[in-house]
Amino acid sequence: MDYVSRFWDVITQYDVLGAFWLNITLTFWSGLLALVLGTIAVTMRISPIPSLRAASTVYVNVFRDIPLTVVMVAMASVVWMQLSVSFSQTMSWDFYILAIIGLGVYHSSFIAESIRSGVNTVPLGQSEAARAIGLTFMQSARIVILPQAFRGAVAPIGNTIIALIKNTTVASVTGVAGETSGLMAELIENSPQFILAIFLTFAIGYVVIVIPVGLLTTTLSRRLAVKR
Amino acid sequence: MSTAGPPNSASPQDAAGPPDVVAELRHVDKHFGALHVLKDINVTIRRGEVVVIIGPSGSGKSTLCRAINRLEPVDSGEILIEGRPLPQEGRELARLRADVGMVFQSFNLFAHKSILDNVTLGPRKARGAGKAEAEAEALRLLDRVGIKDQAAKLPAQLSGGQQQRAAIARALAMHPTLMLFDEPTSALDPEMINEVLDVMTSLAKEGMTMVVVTHEMGFARRAADRVLFMADGLILEEATPKDFFTNPQTDRAKDFLAKILQH
Ligand SMILES: Nc1ncnc2c1ncn2[C@@H]1O[C@H](COP(=O)(O)OP(=O)(O)O)[C@@H](O)[C@H]1O
Ligand SMILES: [Mg+2]
Repeated sequence: MDYVSRFWDVITQYDVLGAFWLNITLTFWSGLLALVLGTIAVTMRISPIPSLRAASTVYVNVFRDIPLTVVMVAMASVVWMQLSVSFSQTMSWDFYILAIIGLGVYHSSFIAESIRSGVNTVPLGQSEAARAIGLTFMQSARIVILPQAFRGAVAPIGNTIIALIKNTTVASVTGVAGETSGLMAELIENSPQFILAIFLTFAIGYVVIVIPVGLLTTTLSRRLAVKR
Repeated sequence: MSTAGPPNSASPQDAAGPPDVVAELRHVDKHFGALHVLKDINVTIRRGEVVVIIGPSGSGKSTLCRAINRLEPVDSGEILIEGRPLPQEGRELARLRADVGMVFQSFNLFAHKSILDNVTLGPRKARGAGKAEAEAEALRLLDRVGIKDQAAKLPAQLSGGQQQRAAIARALAMHPTLMLFDEPTSALDPEMINEVLDVMTSLAKEGMTMVVVTHEMGFARRAADRVLFMADGLILEEATPKDFFTNPQTDRAKDFLAKILQH
C-alpha cells in the first residue's frame, strides 16, 4: 500500500492524461490524413490510366518499406531543419504538424493496401455494370467500388489504426514533447525506483485505448459486410 | 457466311431522323493473348431488330456482345453505334454506354444498394435526373417487370429471377437505344427462366432493339428476327430463326442443334 501511495504521489505531479490525450489527437489527425491519402492512392491504383497506377504503386511501396522512425526523423531533420518548412509561429506546433504528416503518410500506405484487399472482395461484374449504365471511372469508383471495398476492408483498416495508435509514440523523435513515450522516459529517469509501476501504467493505458477500437472493428466488419 | 449491311447505311449525314442502323461491326478482330476470339466479324443491327447469337461455349459470343459497348476493347476493325465510332475510354464513351443497356448472366446488381437505388443510379448520376422523377420512373419500371414490392430490398434478398428482372429494369431506366443480353437466364433455376424470358419477349414485341446471347431456343424461335450462329470466333451462319432451325447450312450448326435439341 505504501508503494502504491508513494507512486501515486509521484505520478500525479505529471500530466499523464494530457500525454495520452496528445497521442489520441495525433492518432485522430494522422489517421484522417492516412485515410484520405490511402483512398487517393487506391483510386489511382485501380484507375484506367497506367501512369497513375504506377505512381500509386511506387508511393505505397516506398512508404511501406521505410521504417517509421526514419520517416519521422526525416520530417524533423530534413523537412523542418534543412528545408525550413514551417507551418506556424511556434516550434512545438511545427513538430506536432510534422509528426501528423509523417504518421499519416507512412500509414496511408497500409491503409491503401487494406482498401485494396477490400477492392479484391468486389466482383468484377460490379464495375462492369457501373460502366455499362454510363458511369465514369470516378463515379463508379466513388459510388460502386470503394463503398463496397471499405465495407470489405474494415478488419485490416482497424488493424492499421491500432498500429497507428501505438506508433504515435514515435512522434517524440520528431520533437513532439509531452506525449506518452517521452513522458515515460522522463518519469523513469526521475523516479527509477517505480520503473515497474511506470511501465504498467503506460502499458495499461494503451490497452484501454486499443481494446474498444478492436471491439468496434470486429462488430463493424460483421455488420457492414456486403451480402451477395 | 456473315454479311455486312449496305456500306453507307450507318453514315449519319444522310439520315433525316435517327439512323436506321443502331449498331454496326466492321471487320472486327480480337485476341486474348494467342487466342483469336473474334475473327473478321461483320454485323449490322437495325432499329427494332432482335438478333439472337447462339453457338457453343467459348465461341466468342460474350466477347462479341461486350465489344459492342466496349466493355471489351477490340484489336482492329470498326464499331459504330448510331453511326458514330466508339470513342476511347472516357466521358464520351460513358455517355455512349448510357444509351446501350446491358444485362449480364450474373445480374451484377449493385450489392450494397437497394433495388430502387440500383434502378435510379444511372438516370441520376449519368443523366442528372432529379430524385423524385427518377424514383417515379424506377417504380413504374419495377412494376412493369413485376417486382415493385421488392423496391426497398437489397439484391441478396431477392430470388435470381427477381434480380435479373431488376437488372433489366435498371437497363431500361436509361431509355437505351439498344439492349445487350449475355445469357440472361443461364444462372437461373429452371422455374425462374420463364419470368425473365417473358419480360424479354414483351420488350421485343414493343420494338426494342436487342442483341441476345442465349441457349433458349424457344425464345430464339419466338422472338428473334435473325439468328447468328458462332463457332471458333467466326459467324458461321446468319439466317431467320425458321431457316436456321429447319435448314442449318454448316456441319458445326447441325452438330450444335442436334446436341442442344436433344434436351
Ligand atoms: N478475359 C479473358 N482473358 C482471356 N481469355 C478469355 C477472356 N474472356 C474470354 N476468354 C476466352 O475467349 C474465348 C471466347 O470467350 P467468350 O466470348 O466468353 O465465349 P462464349 O461467350 O461464346 O462462351 C474463350 O476461349 C474464353 O476462354
Ligand atoms: Mg459467354
